[in-house]
Amino acid sequence: MKRSTFLRNGLAVLTPTLISGNPIHVLNNHSFIDSKALERVENDKVLVIIQLNGGNDGLNTVVPVNQYSQYFNARTNIALPEKKILTLNGFEGTGLHPSMTAMQNLFNEGQLDIVQSVGYPQPNFSHFRSTDIWMSGSDSNEYIDTGWAGRFLDTNYPGYPDNYPNEIDTDPLAIQIGSITSLTCQGPMVNMGMSISDPNSFYNLFDNAEQAVPDTNAGYELNYIRRISKQTNKYATRIKAASDAVKQQSVYPNTSLANQLKIVARLIKGGLKTKIYLVNYSGFDTHAGQVVATDTATGSHANLLGAVSEAIGAFQNDIKNQEIEDRVIGMTYSEFGRRIKSNASGGTDHGAAAPLFLFGKNVRGGVFGDNPTIPNAVTVSDNVPYQHDFRTVYNSILKHWFCIKEADNLQIMIKQFPSLNLFNASTCAMEMANPLFEKNAMIVVYPNPFTNQTRIEFKTDGGHTLVQLLDTTGTVIKVLVDTSFSYAGMNSVTLLGGQLLSGVYYIRIQNGLQQYIKTIIKL
Amino acid sequence: MPPSPLSSRLGLEPYQGPWTKQTTSHLLNRILFGAKQSEIQSFLTKGLTLSVAELLNPTTTIPAPPLNEYNSATVIDPDVPMGSTWVNQPTGDGNINGLRRASYKKWLTGVMIHQDASIREKMTLFWANHFGTEADTISNANMLFQHHDTLRKNAMGNFKTMVKVITIDPGMLRYLNGYLNTATAPDENYGRELQELFTVGKEHSLQYSESDVKAAARVLTGWRINASYKSYFDSTRHDTGNKQFSSYYNNKIISGKIGQAGATETEELIDLLFEKNDLALYLCRKLYRWFVYYYIDETIEKNIIEPLALILKSNNFEITPVLSALFKSAHFYDPIYIGCQIKSPIDHVIGTLRKTNVIFPDSITDYANAYVHFNNMVSQLTSLGQNIVDPPNVAGWPAYYQSPEYHELWINADTLPKRNKFTDLMVQTGYARNGKIVVIQAIPFAQAVSSNPGNPNQLIQDLFELLIPIDIDATIKENLKKQILLSGQTTDSYWTDAWNNYQSAQNIINYNLVNNRLKVLIKYIMNLPDYQLS
Repeated sequence: MKRSTFLRNGLAVLTPTLISGNPIHVLNNHSFIDSKALERVENDKVLVIIQLNGGNDGLNTVVPVNQYSQYFNARTNIALPEKKILTLNGFEGTGLHPSMTAMQNLFNEGQLDIVQSVGYPQPNFSHFRSTDIWMSGSDSNEYIDTGWAGRFLDTNYPGYPDNYPNEIDTDPLAIQIGSITSLTCQGPMVNMGMSISDPNSFYNLFDNAEQAVPDTNAGYELNYIRRISKQTNKYATRIKAASDAVKQQSVYPNTSLANQLKIVARLIKGGLKTKIYLVNYSGFDTHAGQVVATDTATGSHANLLGAVSEAIGAFQNDIKNQEIEDRVIGMTYSEFGRRIKSNASGGTDHGAAAPLFLFGKNVRGGVFGDNPTIPNAVTVSDNVPYQHDFRTVYNSILKHWFCIKEADNLQIMIKQFPSLNLFNASTCAMEMANPLFEKNAMIVVYPNPFTNQTRIEFKTDGGHTLVQLLDTTGTVIKVLVDTSFSYAGMNSVTLLGGQLLSGVYYIRIQNGLQQYIKTIIKL
Repeated sequence: MPPSPLSSRLGLEPYQGPWTKQTTSHLLNRILFGAKQSEIQSFLTKGLTLSVAELLNPTTTIPAPPLNEYNSATVIDPDVPMGSTWVNQPTGDGNINGLRRASYKKWLTGVMIHQDASIREKMTLFWANHFGTEADTISNANMLFQHHDTLRKNAMGNFKTMVKVITIDPGMLRYLNGYLNTATAPDENYGRELQELFTVGKEHSLQYSESDVKAAARVLTGWRINASYKSYFDSTRHDTGNKQFSSYYNNKIISGKIGQAGATETEELIDLLFEKNDLALYLCRKLYRWFVYYYIDETIEKNIIEPLALILKSNNFEITPVLSALFKSAHFYDPIYIGCQIKSPIDHVIGTLRKTNVIFPDSITDYANAYVHFNNMVSQLTSLGQNIVDPPNVAGWPAYYQSPEYHELWINADTLPKRNKFTDLMVQTGYARNGKIVVIQAIPFAQAVSSNPGNPNQLIQDLFELLIPIDIDATIKENLKKQILLSGQTTDSYWTDAWNNYQSAQNIINYNLVNNRLKVLIKYIMNLPDYQLS
């Protein structure tokens, strides 16, 4: 099945009126350019997505210092020394890895959001599959062959790439640096992004190192083809001009991530209208030796996080000096976190939810959500259960940063998701959160611990409300409530748990601005 | 990079080096429209001598002729039912002829895609370019078919025989006005091109003169085309006077003859042309440029072209001995010539389809679908600058002769992005019709290319060896492995596991995990400028 058919058929089932009611889809090639300029939301906001390939160890990145002894017991061979963990102003229970001083500074200046325990209902522990889930925005048991950013761009730039570039849209819609164009920007028909890391064509716009051609006639001809290749890319001139327009940049460390972000800052400042930049940084698959045994605050994971922190710090400093910080935010993500319990090799194995960072002058700042609960007697299969669905972060970016039209929301996100209050007030950011209920009072479980059944009382602000039961692997094993309430107030549901094995479980509620998780124990 | 094209000092002495995957691929890529993995493996085991012998002596029969696949609601060929061949079914209907010419192009595309492991189709194309004719000008589809059928049947035969047959070929008589050439109104068109483009050439200081053009035209008067689109000699239109040639031809006089004997003057003329050493040199240069590289300096002229010309003459103008000597020579396998040809559009399009084993509907049992898919490829070739059977003029495609650029003319700001778009299309969605999709099937392709596709290093190595004729920096391969097959990780087993998972449980998710990565990888390799080389 073609992408378009797949997606549009799927949507047609969900929202028939949305498709037929969307003027973008009935415009033909000749008229859409002018029309869409009127249709789409115009702003100059930019999102930089930093993919941390390999599955970052979230518990050693954002440390639950309020449970330090449980944390230490769960991973004695890699636990960070308590005194070295960086503190966060106003959030005493949570700390950062000692190598992340630059991001600590951003946090204390209100320019860093830490979103706790981001994941999805049925964690998949394959790098590939979980990466695809993150990039597509799918459930783990469904297959979607478009990317969430690709669908966003498709709603605003219909028909791409036919008739692009044009007088209005002169630049690539999305640019991926340092890697192959990914699923993230895959639209219904084509990939909406372009890679400028191609070692034989674009990369040398920024770095003159290019594989030497062989000293043969093939080398002679290859040189000719490369020359034509460089001349003919339709965006090459614009990209080069943007790159050349910036004469001075702040100091960046010499790491691959910093070099990528440096290019991004240059292209934004240089005038590209590109909405989304993707960069990535590899090496987070730390199965073994992620710390130096004699000083667990150092080692390969410390180096990785230090590089991320320094690169982001340098980037923020640069875009501040370039006076473009008002319109740029960044987000980090990794395909999964790692197991709560460390392994015997001084590393950690594939896990589930993990914290995610948003940075920039216009993020709201703060820790969103609670520290994950570290069990007293942790087993090898224990995972951090997800508190925040990763798609609620995407949805927040779309609605409150890119200011998408409400009508486009379902087409991009495929399903309805709540959004979080992650950004400062701007044209479309939500008003400051004013939930009816304190989050700690959102779920009351009695009895807890329980033997056969327990009663779960939950509060809703009205609207869609989801209550789930998760096991310690982080997997949703039962959906207790999945409905829309027309009113705010108390509700309850009974969990019949006679079949459950003894042990720890989690109740998760997702409603409005709240995503909250509570530990329960089956005796 | 060399500042200018290089020429090898090696000559026609037999190649004594090892027979490797690279030498096998080099030979096959030049003789076929891009070699498949199965062909490379097969000829690798045969060794050089046996490989050349087999490739130059096609044993398979020529494919069944093109069919009526063009009947529609508005146009019906009254003489040929759907699914039957229109060849040898004359028609004077211009509209039907147009449909048949289009049908020929589709058929020919299918023949090239499904070529056997022999030089026949590449030589047929060589001759179609050498004796350039345009389908639209020939107009009549039967004459068009007959012209190219003659080229195909004589492709590996005798050059002198070929010139004699083509000189009175109805398609050629039509194309260069030979059928209008009469004693009272001589037409010099064929007489000129016969010398300038088809035989002795113009690349030397001593040349035939304008009077030779006129004399040749007079010799050739009287040839006509009958109602069955066969040529015949009409002695009443023949110039019976003596024809005096210039000093270039040793002042030869071809005596005028009366009656049907006048036709023998044509053979005399061709024999005269074949006495010129320039003819052998001219053809051997063309063959050299076709199969090796365009650059010919004095060394190559002396070490390669002149000895080849000698072989051509001493074998009474048989083509095979010349090619055999060339393909077995140390010169041909000099590393400076590996991968140095810029692919023609045919090499690019047909080669991509062949190398990746793209499956088309059967051209006989499912001809309606097959011809539509072939037509998609005809359109691609046309848009890339090689409208098959329709070169721009009698000289053929400029990329085969225009100095100093030669094959570089294929690649420009318009065609290079289109080439990438074509491979992108074939990798991503392909062409669909009636539920039949013609697309690169990434997983079967990987299985065909690699003995161990679950090993990412092996897989990438095998793909590069098949698709890119020159060595690629190990860092690029490593980078592709990491970025694409391993999604940024460094652990090879992540790809191996994904591959093995798909082998053991072929569900949609496992399929896509493997298939999507393979497609990105193949697409990326095909977008490399290096993929334009052969």
